[in-house]
Amino acid sequence: MVQIKRLQEEGIDTLAIIGEIDASSSIELDLSIAKSVGEGYKKILVDCGSLEYISSAGLGVFMSYIEEFSDKGICMVMFGLNEKVENNFNILGLADLLHIRNTKEEAKQLINELSV
Amino acid sequence: MSYQYNIGCSLSNLKGIREFIRTSLKDHSIPELELSAIILAIDEMCSNLMIHAHHCNPEHTIELRINEPNRGELVFEIIDDGNVFDINKFSEPQMDNLIHEKRKGGLGIRLVKSIMDKVEYVNRDGKNVCVLSKAIQINS
Repeated sequence: MVQIKRLQEEGIDTLAIIGEIDASSSIELDLSIAKSVGEGYKKILVDCGSLEYISSAGLGVFMSYIEEFSDKGICMVMFGLNEKVENNFNILGLADLLHIRNTKEEAKQLINELSV
Repeated sequence: MSYQYNIGCSLSNLKGIREFIRTSLKDHSIPELELSAIILAIDEMCSNLMIHAHHCNPEHTIELRINEPNRGELVFEIIDDGNVFDINKFSEPQMDNLIHEKRKGGLGIRLVKSIMDKVEYVNRDGKNVCVLSKAIQINS
């Protein structure tokens, strides 16, 4: 079960993921990102502070947007990953392909730098 | 030790599988990150099987067994009677291709092969048995 809350401030759309993302729930993540993109946001923060688990279904959703983001000039930065979740990204080497920071402040700073 | 769990092939049961593994192995002094990676690998195998061999039919069941034949060696068996979904026969997709093709699948096999030491398939009593082995570091 996963819940995704969206909050817009200062032109940034923040998606807070609460719970677990596996093959049964990855569609929720996909829909939330698609909605943000559809609404025209160029800066997307993903708050993973309450993300307890992610399997390849969820990792694949993030990967599937890499090229579209690049084409459309959209920046996405993730933050707050716990050690276990971060390890799942690292096993696949995804941490090198995505923007990941520890805190929201660092993530905001990076997204503003990347968007200049 | 040996633990056994029977599950209907519904993706909503994946959480139960993860909890079963965690509960079964909680007293085995396995470092948390390693245990989490093992749970991820078994989740990937079961979801693959549910989707590709059983089309998520909740009336189909698979059985998961956890054995520790030797201290520090875990053997997981996933038993079913659907079509064999042998991950060894699938080449791991290149990350570049996955990104370019915007594929959301294909990562699971790569994860399982990275995490587990060995994945084998045997036929036992007319059923498919996928055997996944993993040597574990044990916290002293």
